[in-house]
Amino acid sequence: MSAVQATSATLERPPLRVKRKRWTAYILPVFTITTIVYLASPIFVMIMFSFNVLQGQRQIAEFTCCTLNWWTELFAIPSLNEALRTSILVAVPSAIVATALGTLIGLVLGRYQFRGRGPTNFVIFLAIAIPEIVLASSLLSMFVLAKTPIGFGSILFSHIGFSIAFVAITVRARVQGLDRSLENAAQDLFATPLQAFMKVTLPLILPGIVAGFLLSFVLSLDDFVITNFVGGSVNTFPTWVFGASRIGVPPQVNVWGTILFLVGITFAALNLVGSFRASRRSAAAAETAGAALRGATGA
Amino acid sequence: MPQDPGKDLAAVTIAVTGVPGDEPPKRADQALARRRQRVAYGILTPGGIYLAIAFIVPLILVVYTSLQSGGLLSGGYTFTWAFDNYADAWSSSSQFFARSLLYSGLATLLSILIAYPMAYWIAFYAGRWKSTLFFLILVPFFVSFVIRTVQWNFILADDGLLFGPLKSLGLLPDDFQVLATPIAVVAGITYNFLPFTALPLFVALDRIDKRLVEAAKDLYASKSQAFRKVVLPLSFPGLFAALILTFVPATGDYVNSSVLGSNRTTMIGQIIQTKFLRQADYPEAAALSVMLMVGMLIIALAYARVLGTEDAALAAGAA
Repeated sequence: MSAVQATSATLERPPLRVKRKRWTAYILPVFTITTIVYLASPIFVMIMFSFNVLQGQRQIAEFTCCTLNWWTELFAIPSLNEALRTSILVAVPSAIVATALGTLIGLVLGRYQFRGRGPTNFVIFLAIAIPEIVLASSLLSMFVLAKTPIGFGSILFSHIGFSIAFVAITVRARVQGLDRSLENAAQDLFATPLQAFMKVTLPLILPGIVAGFLLSFVLSLDDFVITNFVGGSVNTFPTWVFGASRIGVPPQVNVWGTILFLVGITFAALNLVGSFRASRRSAAAAETAGAALRGATGA
Repeated sequence: MPQDPGKDLAAVTIAVTGVPGDEPPKRADQALARRRQRVAYGILTPGGIYLAIAFIVPLILVVYTSLQSGGLLSGGYTFTWAFDNYADAWSSSSQFFARSLLYSGLATLLSILIAYPMAYWIAFYAGRWKSTLFFLILVPFFVSFVIRTVQWNFILADDGLLFGPLKSLGLLPDDFQVLATPIAVVAGITYNFLPFTALPLFVALDRIDKRLVEAAKDLYASKSQAFRKVVLPLSFPGLFAALILTFVPATGDYVNSSVLGSNRTTMIGQIIQTKFLRQADYPEAAALSVMLMVGMLIIALAYARVLGTEDAALAAGAA
C-alpha cells in the first residue's frame, strides 16, 4: 500500500525520434494484461460458481448456468455462519488494537533517532519476513507451555501480534514522507506540542493510519496458517473453507467470497479517493499555514 | 524554532514533533538529546511490549519446546536439553525439506520471470494507467487465499474448466493430469506468491529515474544496452527483495500442497502441521520449525546485510 503513495510522477518528454510502433512493442503490454487476468482468474471462477446449478451440496468442476439458489440460501450452513461471525469478531478488535500500537511504533521509527532503532527495524522486518508456519508453531508452543486454553482469545492475541508490524511500516512510510516545515510553522505560531501533533501531524499521517487499519483488517480476515495452529476447535472463515475443501466446499463459500470481495474492493476504492482528498487537504493546510505565517510576521 | 518559550517547552516540542534533519537545533545539547530519546522510548513501549510477548517470546519458547523430551501418555513433556530431537527430526524429514526448497525455488524463479517484465512495463511505459494496473495486481488479496487455491482445484481438475474442453476437443490425451502432481503444487505456489514478487520489483523499478535511461540512449546505448547497464543493476535491490519475500514464505507453505497436491508432494509445512496438530508431537515439530527458522533467518540476515534493515522492511512493506 505504501508503494501506491511512493509512485512518483514521471517526467513526460516528447520522444526525440518518432518511430512507427513495431509488433514487438505490444509484447509486454499484452503479457502484462494476460498476467493480471491470470491473477484474477480464480476470482472469476469463484463468482461464476456462486451461480452454479448443482445436484448435491458441494462444488464440482462442471459449470451449469445458472441459479440464485446459493445466494438466497446464504445462511443455510450454521457452522459456516459461526466461522464468519468469529472472523469478524476477531478482525475488528484486532485491527483496532494493532493500528493503535503499530501507529506508535511507526511514528517513532519514522522520525526519531534513538539507540536501538536499527534492531527495532530489524524485528519489524523479521516479523514480516518470517514464514508464517514458524510464527504459528512458536505461538502454539507458548500457549501449550503456558497452559493457556486455545480458541477465540489466542486467535485474537496472535492476530494483533502479526498485524502490528504491517501497520508500523505503513505509518512509518507516511511519516518519512512528511513535509516537516508545516510542523515548524505550527511551532513558530506557538502551538503546543500536543496541538501541533493533533492539528498538523495527525491529519497528515491519517491516510497511512487508515491504510494500516485496512491492511491489518484484511490480514486478520484472510489469515489461515496462524489461526489453524492457535485456533483449536474454533474456526474462522479461511480455516473452515480449508477443512471443507477435503470433502468439497459448498457453493455458499463462493457466495460469501464474492460478497467479501465486493465489500473489500469498495472500501479500497473509498480509501483511494480519501487519500486523494487528504493530499489535496494537506496542500490546503500548507497554504493556510503559509498565510498565517505571513500574517503573524506582518509581511 | 520558537523564540524562547522556555527551554523545557522547546525540548518537549522538538521531542514530540521532531526536528528537520537538515536543520539541527542551535541549542542542541546532550540533555535535550537524552530527553528526546526518553520520549521516543515512551511512545515505543506499548507496541514494543506487545511485539515482545507475541513475537520474540514465542520464538524463544519454540526453541525451548524443541529441547523437551517425554510423551503425552507418560505424563507430558519436560525440558531436558534433548538435542536428539533435531537428529530425529532431520533423519525423518530431510526429504521433505529438500522437496520444499525445490518447489519453492522453482516457484520463485517462475514468479520472477513472470513478474519482472510486467513490473518493468508498468513502471516505465504504462503512463497514466500505472496506478490502475498496480491496483489490479493487488486485487487477488481481496479474496482469501484459501478460497483462491480451492478454485485452482476446479480449474486444474482432470475434467475441469481448463483441461475438460481441451480434452473434449481432442487436443489433450484423456489421461492427461496436472492436479495432484508436483506441477500443480508449483503452479499454485507461483500463483499465490506472484503479487509478493511483483510489488517490490515494481517499487524498485518505479524509483529509477527515467532520465538515466534517456541519458544512456543519448550516449548511443541501444535499447537492450540501456536496459542491461542501467535499469537491471538499479533494480537489483528490488530483485533481491522479491526473491526473499517469495522464497521464504513459499518454503513454509502447506496450503498449496494440501489442496493441489497428493501424498507424493508433501512439503515440510504439512509435516510440521501434522506433528503439531494431529500427533501432538510438540518437541519434534518444534525442532523442525526451528530448523526452518534458522535457515530462513540466515537468508534474511544476508539480505539485511546487503540492503540494510530499513530498505528491507520498506521492500517488505510494499507487499
